[in-house]
Amino acid sequence: MSSIAEKLYTIRYKVDETSHLIIKDQDVCLHCETKECQDFCPADVYHWMDKESMTSVAFENCIECGTCRIGCPTYNIEWVYPKGGHGITYKFG
Amino acid sequence: MVATEHFDAIIVGAGPAGSAAAYIMAKAGLNVVLIERGEFPGAKNIFGGVIYRKQLEDIIPEFWKEAPLERQVIEQRLWILSDQAGVTIGHRNEAFKEPNNCWTGLRVKFDQWFATKAEQAGSLNIYETVVIDVIREGEKVVGVRTDRDQGDLYANVVVVADGVNSLLGKALGVHREWSPNEVSLAVKEVIAMPKEKIMDRFNLEGNEGVTTEFVGNTMGMAGLGFLYTNQDTLSFGVGVMVSDLKKKRVKPYELLEGVKQHPMLRRLLQGGETKEYAGHLIPEGGFHSIPPLSGDGWMICGDAAQLVNFVHREGTNLAMTSGRFAAEAIIEAHETGDFSRVGLAGYDRRVKESFVHKDLKKYKGLHHFLSDSDPSLTFDKLPKALNEAAYQMLLVDGVPKSDKQKIAMRGVTQAAGGLMNMVKLGAQGWRAMNG
Ligand SMILES: Cc1cc2nc3c(=O)[nH]c(=O)nc-3n(C[C@H](O)[C@H](O)[C@H](O)COP(=O)(O)OP(=O)(O)OC[C@H]3O[C@@H](n4cnc5c(N)ncnc54)[C@H](O)[C@@H]3O)c2cc1C
Ligand code: SF4
Ligand code: SF4
Repeated sequence: MSSIAEKLYTIRYKVDETSHLIIKDQDVCLHCETKECQDFCPADVYHWMDKESMTSVAFENCIECGTCRIGCPTYNIEWVYPKGGHGITYKFG
Repeated sequence: MVATEHFDAIIVGAGPAGSAAAYIMAKAGLNVVLIERGEFPGAKNIFGGVIYRKQLEDIIPEFWKEAPLERQVIEQRLWILSDQAGVTIGHRNEAFKEPNNCWTGLRVKFDQWFATKAEQAGSLNIYETVVIDVIREGEKVVGVRTDRDQGDLYANVVVVADGVNSLLGKALGVHREWSPNEVSLAVKEVIAMPKEKIMDRFNLEGNEGVTTEFVGNTMGMAGLGFLYTNQDTLSFGVGVMVSDLKKKRVKPYELLEGVKQHPMLRRLLQGGETKEYAGHLIPEGGFHSIPPLSGDGWMICGDAAQLVNFVHREGTNLAMTSGRFAAEAIIEAHETGDFSRVGLAGYDRRVKESFVHKDLKKYKGLHHFLSDSDPSLTFDKLPKALNEAAYQMLLVDGVPKSDKQKIAMRGVTQAAGGLMNMVKLGAQGWRAMNG
């Protein structure tokens, strides 16, 4: 069984310096009961960090599917495309 | 960038919809620009992998002689799975070869080929460029803003073919955000395997290929899996409705790994090496989610307009056809010089008269059926009961067949929540499938 780390390793990325995914309001995440972005994201981009009381965003791993844009119950994620030519580049598709 | 030039049309997105539109307009001599955010066309795109002949043939006759295709599909299978078993249905036919019905393919190769065809016909293709907004003059769309320096471009009409995450569609105000039950998330792997092994395992000769779709075994979520044969890879994936994914709190890649363990799939995938992991949304809102298709200075095509027939996993062909219709209507408008809503309405009319509209209309009830009915029933309990019934009927253990039949029927009826419920479910399902 291959882990998500192994899966993401098969993908080529050209990572931008700035994130194309922004949590609009960390306070909303603090009060979010389900924190489901941690589960439905197919690239494990979101992690709730208890100590810091915030959602961390590993945007480098994002495969640009768009699920979080629609899936976050409070629409707390500002979702845009990475800069032209950046982000994920598939080899097969 | 060619900032001051004015184009006949700007096409956003070099997927099948955008490339089809660009190709047809360029061939007719229009001055068009095709903009794609990926490093190259297809860089951002995935699909299951079935490419149908008819709709692409209408655009490029005999394309199969040059297009990068994988295998010629001669057999299509549907598997209804429980955890350990499967009821299988399928059809294999030599007649699928002549003329060929469909092929398998990979987007990275295919999209590059198609966009290059448009370029050769005269389209100006610009890659690594994100269109971030439309430019308006009053109500009318007159161009686009890109993420390049001095990257504004102007045209008589903008064709929005930017796919399921259509930020431009939202910028235009033609559709609201999709809701989680209007889209499925699919995760996919491309798995390398020696050609001979694929041919042995799937019983193939030469260039022949097999498609397998499976329902059930998706942890009670509404969804569908697929396994397609390519030349020396397999395309394997599973898609589930985002609203169900949210409810179940399952990680999509864990669902994929779980499905891989099914004995019928495990045997076929054994020894393969995962070359690529991918994920993408599929628009599944159906007929009722289609936004207005054109307005003053703009048109919207393909996934961005929810033109996907998810029952028959048709999307690329609907995208190409809508791109073609958009192009034809623009060519007409070019002659009259009217790019208003009225002048562009030839696009809406073409879609409406075609199989695109008719097919989506036929299944218009299915979206509500799937969102309203309990997915654990349709996608878990019933497939399980069906497998149990098949098992009981085929098991020779001294119990008389008439008793077995009763037990089997009872099992299926119970799974459906009683006979009345089963009849109701059947009737609702039938209505949903027959407009
Ligand atoms: C897992 C899966 C399996 C599928 N299986 C099949 C199948 O077997 N057969 C079938 O026919 N269909 C299938 N489909 C559906 C099919 O892939 C789509 O319907 C089809 O690709 C839609 O084409 P499109 O041109 O509308 O959009 P897309 O193919 O999504 O193309 C949109 C393009 O626009 C670009 N873009 C987006 N925004 C911008 C922007 N702002 N600026 C510049 N560029 C932008 C994107 O990078 C992309 O290249 C499947 C889909 C998935 C996800
Ligand atoms: S689901 Fe949305 S609101 Fe909740 S933690 Fe994740 S990003 Fe924050
Ligand atoms: S777009 Fe998809 S992969 Fe990227 S962060 Fe959102 S859910 Fe995860």
